[in-house]
Amino acid sequence: MAIANYLYLSAILFTIGAVGVVIRRNAIVVFMCIELMLNAANLAFVTFARINGNLQGQVVAFFTMVVAACEVVVGLAIIVTIYRSRRSASVDDASLLKR
Amino acid sequence: MINFTLDIGKTAAPEAALFYFLAPLSVFAGLGMLIVKKAVHSALLLAWIMISLAIFYIAQDALFLGIVQVVVYTGAVMMLFLFILMLVGVDTSDSFTETIRGLRPIAITAAVGFGGLLTTLIGRATFNRPIIGLASANSEGNANGLARELFTQYVFAFEVVSALLITAALGAMVLAHSQKIRSPFAQRDLSIARFRKDNLKDAAGLPSSGVYALHNAVDVPALLPTGKAAPTSISPVLEARGDMIESSKFQLQQEEEEK
Repeated sequence: MAIANYLYLSAILFTIGAVGVVIRRNAIVVFMCIELMLNAANLAFVTFARINGNLQGQVVAFFTMVVAACEVVVGLAIIVTIYRSRRSASVDDASLLKR
Repeated sequence: MINFTLDIGKTAAPEAALFYFLAPLSVFAGLGMLIVKKAVHSALLLAWIMISLAIFYIAQDALFLGIVQVVVYTGAVMMLFLFILMLVGVDTSDSFTETIRGLRPIAITAAVGFGGLLTTLIGRATFNRPIIGLASANSEGNANGLARELFTQYVFAFEVVSALLITAALGAMVLAHSQKIRSPFAQRDLSIARFRKDNLKDAAGLPSSGVYALHNAVDVPALLPTGKAAPTSISPVLEARGDMIESSKFQLQQEEEEK
């Protein structure tokens, strides 16, 4: 098996995550799709670390995980705040700036 | 020399078997995430994908990252997602009506284009040296090697990330904190509200639930003088949930009475 197969898997998962961000409307599911994209990028980083024979790709993947954890904490807090005032977790309902 | 693809380094047969078993499953789980209606099911599928990715990391000599993936992602982040799902309501299923007309075909077309672009790009990538593998980089252990990188070359980034973590924790606390606008309703306020209603029917409080010889829990309604169940005597939540028990089975039957 070619090592590039991991990169193909990473590309496919990233694309699936991107589609989910666009077509799903529940804010939490949108968030989970963003997590899927970050994970796919991490897989590419780990694979490239193996191809290049040094650990720098793994270090970047590690930092990505930390940043993703921060992003989840703040994002979910925002979702809870929006839900508390609007009683809805749909991304289409929060359109106050439109009118 | 443009078509010098990446497939120089071949993996061992067990790893290939692992990949060909787990990769289609994770892709299917990803597609399922897009299709399933309930957010909880999406979360479970995402947890499955994350565990498969952790196995891939370990298979690719990234032992530390594999463990961190399980602990941080499937352990902490997915638990956080499930917590928020519980707060927001587990049964809030996504409605699949399109708010922007034609969004879904456009999105899928764009995704096919984007994914095709990425995969052909990987397929045609040039890489003019052999794949090295992590045997020498991991010679003193994967965690040790990673720590050496983190605390020498990337120590500044590491400090900045720690500041980011603290900021995120503070931000979440500020966002989740809600100031109380008024004091919560106490017994006195509720009593005043009852007497200020239009009619004084409920001024003394709602009737209590039924008390029968065989059953006196709050899920059985009391009886009105007419023999019908009093609707206000049990909580409307119990009724909506279907947990209300008919009081008729605790009543003496008419025939038995006659005997």
